Amino acid sequence: MNFETAVFYFFAAILLFAGLRVITARNPVHAALFLVLAFFTAAGLWLMLEAEFLAITLVLVYVGAVMVLFLFVVMMLDINLDKLREGFWDYLPLAGIVATLMVLEMVVVLGGKQFGLSAVPAPIAHAANYSNTKELGRLLYTDYVYPFELAAVILLVAIVAAIALTMRRRKHTKYQDPAQQVKIKRADRIRMVSMASEKAVSTEQISQPEK
Amino acid sequence: MNFALTDLMPLLPEIFLLAAVSFILIFDLFLSDEHRYITYILSLSALLGCGWLTFSGATGETIYAMHGMFVSDMLADVLKLVVYFSVAVTMVYSREYIRVRGMFQGEFFVLMLFATLGMMVMISASHFLTLYMGLELLSLSLYALVALQRDSAVAAEAAMKYFVLGALASGMLLYGMSMLYGATGTLEIAKIAAVLQQGLGSNTVLVFGLVFVVAGLAFKLGVAPFHMWIPDVYQGAPTAVTLFIGTASKIAALGFVLRILAQGLQSLSPDWQSMLVIMAVLSMAVGNITAIAQTNFKRMLAYSTISHMGFLLLGLLAADINGYTSAMFYMISYVFMGLGSFGMILLLSRKGFEADKLDDLKGLNQRSPWFAFMLLLIMFSLAGIPPTIGFYAKLSVLQAVIHAGYTWLAVVAVIFSLIGAFYYLRVVKLMYFDKPHDMTPIAPQGDMRVLMSANGLGMLALGILPQPLMALCAYAIGKSL
Repeated sequence: MNFETAVFYFFAAILLFAGLRVITARNPVHAALFLVLAFFTAAGLWLMLEAEFLAITLVLVYVGAVMVLFLFVVMMLDINLDKLREGFWDYLPLAGIVATLMVLEMVVVLGGKQFGLSAVPAPIAHAANYSNTKELGRLLYTDYVYPFELAAVILLVAIVAAIALTMRRRKHTKYQDPAQQVKIKRADRIRMVSMASEKAVSTEQISQPEK
Repeated sequence: MNFALTDLMPLLPEIFLLAAVSFILIFDLFLSDEHRYITYILSLSALLGCGWLTFSGATGETIYAMHGMFVSDMLADVLKLVVYFSVAVTMVYSREYIRVRGMFQGEFFVLMLFATLGMMVMISASHFLTLYMGLELLSLSLYALVALQRDSAVAAEAAMKYFVLGALASGMLLYGMSMLYGATGTLEIAKIAAVLQQGLGSNTVLVFGLVFVVAGLAFKLGVAPFHMWIPDVYQGAPTAVTLFIGTASKIAALGFVLRILAQGLQSLSPDWQSMLVIMAVLSMAVGNITAIAQTNFKRMLAYSTISHMGFLLLGLLAADINGYTSAMFYMISYVFMGLGSFGMILLLSRKGFEADKLDDLKGLNQRSPWFAFMLLLIMFSLAGIPPTIGFYAKLSVLQAVIHAGYTWLAVVAVIFSLIGAFYYLRVVKLMYFDKPHDMTPIAPQGDMRVLMSANGLGMLALGILPQPLMALCAYAIGKSL
């Protein structure tokens, strides 16, 4: 076993362990943190496959942004763990059967015969100065520019749809309009009423209730 | 590498439409509600512009652009023109309907145009990646359109079902595509066809991927056993959106199926033919028999769509030029019928009233003899009664399927369409022989009146003279496949 294989098994073992802990950890915060660990080790595996860009993106985007958001949400929500775990053992056999079936199917198709080294040649290892990021960028903006632009349009549709579906002006909500508040004039708030001056009344008359 | 202008010329309709939608999206923000009709006019002009660009760019040659991701051929041009036409008609038909329901907003038109762009991308895709991108662009716009009527619980339910099932189907399609990629080593449709022709690629993986791809396609077309979403979505969506889903997007689905099965996987046709046979029989059975039990007109038309898509599969499974031509002819004529039938619901609806029950059609002849006659023509066409276009569509599909050696299938199809004729003719009976329970006058706007009349009479005109349309389909298929 050479060093590279040893590193792979090391990362793979941590990844599997972290993945298992994500679904078995009692505390949701711990589960989220184990997911972070899983992402980190997966990034390590990607680095070994010479996919630096994907590895860095995984750490930056998933660990840096998505998981932090997850943690926030998990911490803010009041999750009742016992309720979530209800029926775990009841569903386990069925889930197990489905999972086993899926694994078997994938083994049949993805086994060594169809996608093994005999069918697909091993990729050529590149030199150390080979930039994976540069290659991806070049492909994305030349060969794949059309789907890339289409993806942008799809995002635009997502924005339009999200706003169209959620933005509504409720009729009965009370809200303040700062512009209106600033524009206010004295005349809008105070009304000067000229009243006839009243005659002075003696204190006795006030204190005695009328009959 | 650098972009030559010639590389972008074939994409001109798409580029124009994207620019137009972006413009409308911004411009609409500055319009007040009483000037909203400008958005409507701009949207129609955008479609008109696209139509002109596509028409003037149609040379009949097959041009690949964008590194083999985009193809402009006769098939794409013809299908695109039909899409523009049906989207424009949809807009005219739905204008009054969405106006009285408070949906006459910029988003409605913008989402519709985005969906149109997605259809165009799908129709002229020559790469699995662009096919998928176009499909998602179309689907996402449609999900939003279905949910646009926010206060309606039915519409929200329909949108949710559509979204979840649509995402599932997209997943299956992608999984199948990834398998095909694994087996052939490319995503470009022409190259896949070349690899398959040489007999390369592992057969197990290919067939495995094919099953998933066909399941995904069947979902998008809405054929049994992947049809569950159709009745709920058709019934739940605002009728204007149902009209859109039921017509224009079907054309895109046909383009999608032709690109994948006919152009890419033609060599695997023995494998997918048997799948299509099962789906065709199931669709015709489920669609025609279940439609009989419906009391809701929209739901009945939804089941009728399922049976029609089953019929369309008959043409596809012949897997030759003749079969594809008849399938294309069938789809185009179905779109005309769909526009007419759903358009009629829009025409009969008014503020606070949805004419989507079969009972609402009772005595239509006394209320408006002309539109009752139009609906009669459309129903005859859907049932496939001569001399309407529906008859020729069915005839050509049956000819193709008999030619391919499936005589028993043609017999089954005829039996099921006889069963189907019952519920179309029931509509006619309701209109002509029952007493109306609601005498509100029917007074559609001028343009809608003209268009609906043209739509109904078109059934007859195309039925008497189907040859030009048939020749166009044959030319497009022959040039492109």
